[in-house]
Amino acid sequence: MSDITLKDMARKPDALVCGARLCAGCDETIVVRQVMKATRGPTIVTNATGCLEVSTSIFPYTSWEVPWIHCAFENVAAVASGIEATIKAMHKKKEGPLAKYPKVDVIAFAGDGGTYDIGFQALSGAIERGHDFTYVLLDNEAYMNTGIQRSGGTPFGASTTTSPAGKAIHGKTETKKPIDEIIIAHGTPYVATINTAWPLDVMKKARKAIEVDGPTFLHSLAPCSRGWRFPPEKTVEVGRLATQTCVFPLFECRQEKGRPVYELSAPSLAIAKKPESKKPIEAYLEQQGRFRHFFKPTRNEALLKELQESIDTRWQILCEKAGV
Amino acid sequence: MVAKQKMTGLNGDEASAYATKQVDPDVVAAYPITPQTIIVERYSEYVADGLVGSEFVAVESEHSALSACVGASAAGARAFTATAANGLALMWEILFIAAGLRMPIVMAVANRSLGGPINIHNDHSDAMGARDAGWVQIFCENSQEVYDASVEAWRIAEHPDVQLPVMVNFDGFTISHTMENVYTLEDEDVKKFVGKRIYMKTEGPKGEVEFRLDPEKPISIGPLDLQDFYFEHKVQQMEAMKGTLKVIKKVDKEFEKITGRKLEYVYPYKMGDAEVAVVGLGSAMGTVREVVDELRAEGIKAGMIKMRLFRPFPVEELKKAIGNVPVLGVMEKAYSIGGPGAPLYEEIKTVLYDSPKRPLVADYINGLGGKDTSPELIRGIFKSLQKIKEKGAVVEPVTYVGVRE
Repeated sequence: MSDITLKDMARKPDALVCGARLCAGCDETIVVRQVMKATRGPTIVTNATGCLEVSTSIFPYTSWEVPWIHCAFENVAAVASGIEATIKAMHKKKEGPLAKYPKVDVIAFAGDGGTYDIGFQALSGAIERGHDFTYVLLDNEAYMNTGIQRSGGTPFGASTTTSPAGKAIHGKTETKKPIDEIIIAHGTPYVATINTAWPLDVMKKARKAIEVDGPTFLHSLAPCSRGWRFPPEKTVEVGRLATQTCVFPLFECRQEKGRPVYELSAPSLAIAKKPESKKPIEAYLEQQGRFRHFFKPTRNEALLKELQESIDTRWQILCEKAGV
Repeated sequence: MVAKQKMTGLNGDEASAYATKQVDPDVVAAYPITPQTIIVERYSEYVADGLVGSEFVAVESEHSALSACVGASAAGARAFTATAANGLALMWEILFIAAGLRMPIVMAVANRSLGGPINIHNDHSDAMGARDAGWVQIFCENSQEVYDASVEAWRIAEHPDVQLPVMVNFDGFTISHTMENVYTLEDEDVKKFVGKRIYMKTEGPKGEVEFRLDPEKPISIGPLDLQDFYFEHKVQQMEAMKGTLKVIKKVDKEFEKITGRKLEYVYPYKMGDAEVAVVGLGSAMGTVREVVDELRAEGIKAGMIKMRLFRPFPVEELKKAIGNVPVLGVMEKAYSIGGPGAPLYEEIKTVLYDSPKRPLVADYINGLGGKDTSPELIRGIFKSLQKIKEKGAVVEPVTYVGVRE
């Protein structure tokens, strides 16, 4: 495993350059730049339809300094399969334009809609077939590109334009799909959660994911100023709180002899070792307009309790799996 | 000089798989669906026996099959897939994207009805649903034509003036599962004929580049294309499709040199003095030819036109083939519910509208869901055309033939 240092990474040119039309404070550019810093050589990127795609590729401009393709919304993993199969075939035949590179890495970026929902089948199929690629989920927890509609990745209670907090219903009534567990259950060689509040952790995990043979999955929580309703300068702060409250714990999971081996990453391990340092979910929720109805017009204890309990349970299960 | 060929017993699916094996594309991504399945089975055997260098991607759906082909083709690969009916329908979104992104993918379609209710047998409702997607569409009458088209398709698709995907259509079961004698070329001759993949040149951020995912000269493929450029790109695509008409002729000529088989866009048969004639696509045209011979023996001046090319629509060749025939029947295994007629009929009438002397045209929808298009049924169509001729008018523009009362 190559060493990743902040100094080296800071020197490495960005694959996604400035000038993209993403919103101010968007975490997606930060995730993508950090992940792309960790690439080790020739890399092909494929992008599902979504905020990142529409904002970085408006013809005749492009923000991408690497070969990049967007095909459709639900098929980024299938497109990646085709690219990876091409690399394999050209290596096998020793001909074709990609044959000369000893290694070409393939990275797929998709949002939560493109992963939890519409792109789920293609992703499951590509992982089952064992293609060597890294899938990066940019989870901003709703269909932000179309204007904040709920997805399978939207958390319980969040108000979106298709799960609005009304007088009778308090935002999304269902819980967030446990996507990491589902991907791990495929036997995926490497799965990790990443948070741009810990850049070195992101880059180290990204490099690991790229280096591991076979499909790997990086799940980033991508706080969205517009959709979550917080000031754009608070993106990293909100993201950090998600991990500090164990709403979004940081961990890695690799496979050893057919068994998943979980390991909590430093920020979450510290909380597991010192449970009193775990912040209550209010600290995270209060920052965001999408959870406003938890507190206003009056504090909704029942709602807070339900969400806190569900977060606690998931955190407990994760700690058990990680053996802490 | 005509190259060495051998006669092999192959059904349409096998002919498609065999030709593709000889081409040895880099990536074959496909999903099983009747009546195309034999293609993926045969191809898997070629891969398992190490006869090809292709990566076979056994995808989880047709949507992913074509998506994987787009990824592969963009990465610089030759990519092949095969499907039918519902599989083609599931690909619908990506059909447009593959063509719009100018990916020279080749796809075999064993034409099958697109239910519901579900039916696995032949008609052309699947391919007609894809007619506006931007693919070159070739229709085959027999396994030989499937083989020939499956070799030629790559040269057409990858031609610098084309760079569009090609769909090789052949009737499910009637061709896909029927063993016929097929003349096949040697592997080396096929490889020589198709050559290496050619890439389109484009203007990248740093000057002219090949249109592919190149780590050294990176470009962005499939960007957001708005009001200022989208229409222009679509016109480029339409022009490329129009240009295909010239390219296919050239490729046909080269193909004739090595096979001795002369391929045409449309095949007029006994049209010179014909008074009643039928035009159509696919395997039924073989039966029509037999019926024309029978009718001629009976003194009826019958003729027929088989169309091999449907997209691009061979307007001039078709007009020439129709000539001065006074009555023309369009036989088609497709429909457009609520439309004035089925697709081929509508397009042929459009083509003829500006002709000073045009025939009376009637539409005969037949064989939906694999219902047999028998010689008797075809005789009935000619009888109906003779009645139109006697009357001097079309009373019933669209008829469903062979439907039980």
